[in-house]
Amino acid sequence: MNRKRSYAVIPAVLLVLSASLAACGGKNGAESSSSSSEPSAASATSPASGGSSAPASASPSAAASGKKVSIEYWQYEFPAKVELIDELIKQFEEKHPNIDVKQTNFPYDQYNQKVATLVPAGKGPDVINLYYGWLPKYVSSGYLQPLPEEAFPAADIEKEYFPFVQTAKLGGKYYALPTGVRTLALFYNKDLFAKAGLTQPPATWQELVDDAKKLTEKDANGQFVVEGFAWEPGSQLHHWFRDGLLYQAGGKDTSDDRRKLLWKDSPAGLEAFKYLVDFAKEHKVGINGVFNDDANAFKTGHAAINVDGSYRLGSLKDAPGLNYAIAPLPAYKDKSTQASFWANAIPSTVKGDKLEAAAEFLKFLTSPEVQEQWVEKTGELPAKQEVALQEKYANDEKLGPFISQLPYAKSHFFVDETQERTLFVEAVDQVLLKNVPVEKAFDELTEKTQKLYDEYWAKQDKK
Amino acid sequence: MERASSVPAIAGRRRLGLRRAARFGYRTKRRAFICGGLLLPLLYFVGVRLYPILYSFDVSFREWELLSPEKPFVGLANYESLLGDPDFLRSVANTLYYVAAGVPAQLATGLAVALLLRRIGRLRGLYRAAYFIPYITSIVAVSWVFRWILMKNGVLNGLLLKLGLDAQPLLYSTSQAIHLVLATMVWQSVGFQMLVFLAGLENIPKEYEEAASIDGAGAWRRFFGVTLPLLRPVVLFSAVIAGIGYLQSFAQVLNMTSGGPLNSTSSIVLRVYDMAFKSFDMGRASAATVILFVLILALTLIQWKALNRKIEH
Repeated sequence: MNRKRSYAVIPAVLLVLSASLAACGGKNGAESSSSSSEPSAASATSPASGGSSAPASASPSAAASGKKVSIEYWQYEFPAKVELIDELIKQFEEKHPNIDVKQTNFPYDQYNQKVATLVPAGKGPDVINLYYGWLPKYVSSGYLQPLPEEAFPAADIEKEYFPFVQTAKLGGKYYALPTGVRTLALFYNKDLFAKAGLTQPPATWQELVDDAKKLTEKDANGQFVVEGFAWEPGSQLHHWFRDGLLYQAGGKDTSDDRRKLLWKDSPAGLEAFKYLVDFAKEHKVGINGVFNDDANAFKTGHAAINVDGSYRLGSLKDAPGLNYAIAPLPAYKDKSTQASFWANAIPSTVKGDKLEAAAEFLKFLTSPEVQEQWVEKTGELPAKQEVALQEKYANDEKLGPFISQLPYAKSHFFVDETQERTLFVEAVDQVLLKNVPVEKAFDELTEKTQKLYDEYWAKQDKK
Repeated sequence: MERASSVPAIAGRRRLGLRRAARFGYRTKRRAFICGGLLLPLLYFVGVRLYPILYSFDVSFREWELLSPEKPFVGLANYESLLGDPDFLRSVANTLYYVAAGVPAQLATGLAVALLLRRIGRLRGLYRAAYFIPYITSIVAVSWVFRWILMKNGVLNGLLLKLGLDAQPLLYSTSQAIHLVLATMVWQSVGFQMLVFLAGLENIPKEYEEAASIDGAGAWRRFFGVTLPLLRPVVLFSAVIAGIGYLQSFAQVLNMTSGGPLNSTSSIVLRVYDMAFKSFDMGRASAATVILFVLILALTLIQWKALNRKIEH
């Protein structure tokens, strides 16, 4: 009897085992999707690395320096950028006949995953394009090397680039440099403004609130027809808080060594947080979860004002009926906006000839000529002051307001972008859904974010 | 050279094998063939399924950052941190709710639809298809359609307002969202459940019901006394499969709410995904999958015990 029962358990265990395998689907599924495409990526990379490791393949036409060097460039799959890089590689190879550059791309949503899986496996690139918010993790993992000091002196970088690029300076050294950058600005619908009798975009905090109230339109049931101010904390508003409102209210994001959040060191933090929450809580000029999201609400003419990035310009092109304009973010005691960027870095495994070639390619990518091509083809703003502040860009109707904010733009030092964003959204939800006092929600937000920082730095200090 | 020498060896072995097979007879040969055939999938199972599981057990005992070169052994630290993390515990509770409410809901609606469809003569194929189509539709597409229906100024709130009721926060409410996400999951799996029960019902001989009806049993009595007990193996199968499915709740949650608001809908697998591929904390993520593994094991054993009593007619 007993024995019989124990036999019966065997198929059960097997079933469970296979089921639990399937259960890991969330993780393993995602993993296997990356590993399934791994061979193709690996096979795509191998010819390049194979060619470089065999100096015998050097073409006789190579210059006096002798051997031909092959390097690989990685960036995420974004058609405009991929095409432009292909074009730039051609230009670069003409100038440097002994360097061969190959581009590899991954889809945006899998990019980090691919990089994280393939790089430790030693199938790495020689120049890699990374979101600046990921840099701390990559650097702390020992995966990147500082940019060669002789090719990229820190003093020159600080003179030529906008100040927020210093976010890429970790432990006193620069690890990455951008070609193009993006900032946040105010998108406003000119038709809706005219309808509400407004002629100018809001320039101050108070004006933004007043205008948003005038622009808001609700139906008999109290449902939004037009949001005065599109309000989606999880989209761009959390950036607006950290790099915009906080500084505008006279506060500061982190200490200079980036170990401590200073959100509570002055009243500015709470004031900024409350200002943001009140659009939904007090003024009721916008709310999350209507018209799908803020970008869609604005695009379809259901939101009069939206805080969004320069990257949105492209997607608004397919809304031809939308009569909109851009203005710098409204100011308070000070001016500020968020800047973010994808930057090019060199992995720590790159050495010798390849390192020289990689540095050469990076120099080319950050050169003023390339930055000009970049802004024209991708719509991203030039990272170097001399390029960006030229009249042809500064006076551009759409790009101008984004560019005019670059000199005072800030880039928050993310130790974990996803978690920091989630914490912010949760703090806002606490106030909105649970009626938690704003002060308490803000205290918790600061405390929990500081905890992420502490964990990050504890790991850093251990190394 | 090598190849040349190995050819006669193989031939020799084959000849030997043939002779032996001939000696041992057809039965042995067939058994050897079957075992050989079964060995391949087994090897595949061990290599592609079993080994990664054991590997993830190992990962769960380490501080394993995806990018970091050192992966030190930390014992149970990952488990401790998970069990002390209110967000993770919330996702476990949510997942248990998905199972506890989802399995009965799916089985009951699936059975109801199957029983009703059996009575329909005309347009049966059409109805079957209509119920089955959601199951073969992309989960992501379904999730987004429901998300739009359920957004604050979506179709559902429009209907409520027309009926003179108040608009509801729906997916943006900590109390309503989880039920709506679950309803979407159930809606999508009813078609599959219906199909399983239809097949099960076909296997019940008509005579049993007829005999019961001659004995004077009413429709309810026949259903609970005859049909349902005879469906027990099908119910067991469905409960196990559906239970595992709801324990893995992920795609609908990710696409409809991303686990929010305030973690009220997050599931274990979603937390695993976030830990592994947003924060790159593979150690903690693996520990969470091991916890999920234990949950699935426990659930399946409970269902097995509860439903696999001997069927006596």
